[in-house]
Amino acid sequence: MSEICVEISGLKKSFGPLEVLKNIDLSVNRGDVVCIIGPSGSGKSTLLRCVNLLEEPNGGKITVNGTELTDPDVDIDRARTKIGMVFQGFNLFSHLNVLNNLMVAQRKVLKRSEREAREVALRNLDRVGLRDKVAAMPAQLSGGQQQRAAIARALSMDPEVMLFDEPTSALDPELVGDVLGVMRQLADEGMTMLVVTHEMQFAREVADKVIFMDGGYIVEEGPAAEVIGNPQEERTKSFLARVLDPTHHGPSDPD
Amino acid sequence: MALSRRKRAQYIRYVQYGVLIVVVLLVAFLADWGQIRRAFLNPEIAASMFPNVITVALKNTIVYTALGFGFGLALGLVLALMKLSSVAPYRWIATVYIEFFRGVPALLVFIGIYYGVPIAFQMQFPPLTTVMLALGGVGAAYMAETIRAGLQAVPKGQVEAARSLGMSSGRAMITIVIPQAFRIILPPLTNELILLTKDSSLIYILGLFREQYELTKFGRETLSRSPSLTPILIAGLCYLIITLPLGYLSRYLEKRTGGKKVSVV
Repeated sequence: MSEICVEISGLKKSFGPLEVLKNIDLSVNRGDVVCIIGPSGSGKSTLLRCVNLLEEPNGGKITVNGTELTDPDVDIDRARTKIGMVFQGFNLFSHLNVLNNLMVAQRKVLKRSEREAREVALRNLDRVGLRDKVAAMPAQLSGGQQQRAAIARALSMDPEVMLFDEPTSALDPELVGDVLGVMRQLADEGMTMLVVTHEMQFAREVADKVIFMDGGYIVEEGPAAEVIGNPQEERTKSFLARVLDPTHHGPSDPD
Repeated sequence: MALSRRKRAQYIRYVQYGVLIVVVLLVAFLADWGQIRRAFLNPEIAASMFPNVITVALKNTIVYTALGFGFGLALGLVLALMKLSSVAPYRWIATVYIEFFRGVPALLVFIGIYYGVPIAFQMQFPPLTTVMLALGGVGAAYMAETIRAGLQAVPKGQVEAARSLGMSSGRAMITIVIPQAFRIILPPLTNELILLTKDSSLIYILGLFREQYELTKFGRETLSRSPSLTPILIAGLCYLIITLPLGYLSRYLEKRTGGKKVSVV
């Protein structure tokens, strides 16, 4: 049952002289939800973007669904069709309506027929509760609706793993719940998910594993209840204290 | 006593209106209107130009402009993509082309293609091809910079989303980036079209048959047979039939796209 879906070993990534990821090892079992938390600049988004090679690693090995992405001869476009990604800024194609946003890659990349692509798109719009928005342009949707449409777009490729890069950070607070609801439903259906998030409640309730990153390292990882409920590392404790109870702490001490 | 600021502003405004009235009156009384009318508005000559000024000249101007614009747009897109290429020689070639054709008068390009190509290559293009190459060749240099700016104005996230869905970079360019870029640059492209419409007048240097005349050539040819500048005025008004709506369209598009600024360097 614990088949490995994502396997990362010795991953390194630098931007110029700045070392953002320093030797990351991580494995994600099929069907698991892994939440990555940590302060800004800790490298968590970069780690996520390495999993579909939007960022080219400087070292280490990444294997997703049995395909080694870091192999220079890999067909990365083909591999990416099985890795769905949801961005902080939604990134719906602004010149296409919702239906075409969901259909364009199915048609052009997977070469699905018009009919099949439409059926898959409509089914996934149903999943995220946007069936009535098929003809809307992205600019006509609220942030929450855009993000749900973006999730449906990624799902339309039938991915084996979904990456979420701070999916609710750009949303008005009252719209966050809709998107988290869709993600929770996806997790319940058994989707393998890597989620970079600041939503501790979501991580605590949905994640099978929580990873706390700081300074380009994985500082602490384990079941959600342990990492968030009973952190062992000092850095995890102080981060969680600031996130969970921001009004009751002074400015953080530089360390 | 010193005037208050408001009083002074009012006073200056009176003076401005006064000057305007004086100038208008001077022009009205001093100009020889009869002579001007004879020079620019001879009804018989104007009437003699119709319907050919519309059915031949205006039509040809539109056809030449459309050919030039179509070719220029295609070549401009290629140049813009070359300018953004990671292969350095492509960037150099595009830069040289753009700088050259933006920097020399369009008239020289017309002469070069019309007289130069037959000598250099022992071949003669049909007039329409010459027109398309010359107008489009010059237009492409201007449009390339506009298109490049448009391509760069498409948010990076759009490409990342396309790539994350498994599109190759070429596929993402064709399906996502180029369509969005053209939406962004529609207003400046409309302006290029206006400039090109006027540049089509340079075709007059080519040896054309009567049925190939466009507005300027047609106007000049009529002028040579008449004692009045009326043909030039009529031709000018015909250009406005094309350019004024285009100018209006450009401003409308600019307003609709929210005045998104595209820097054309």
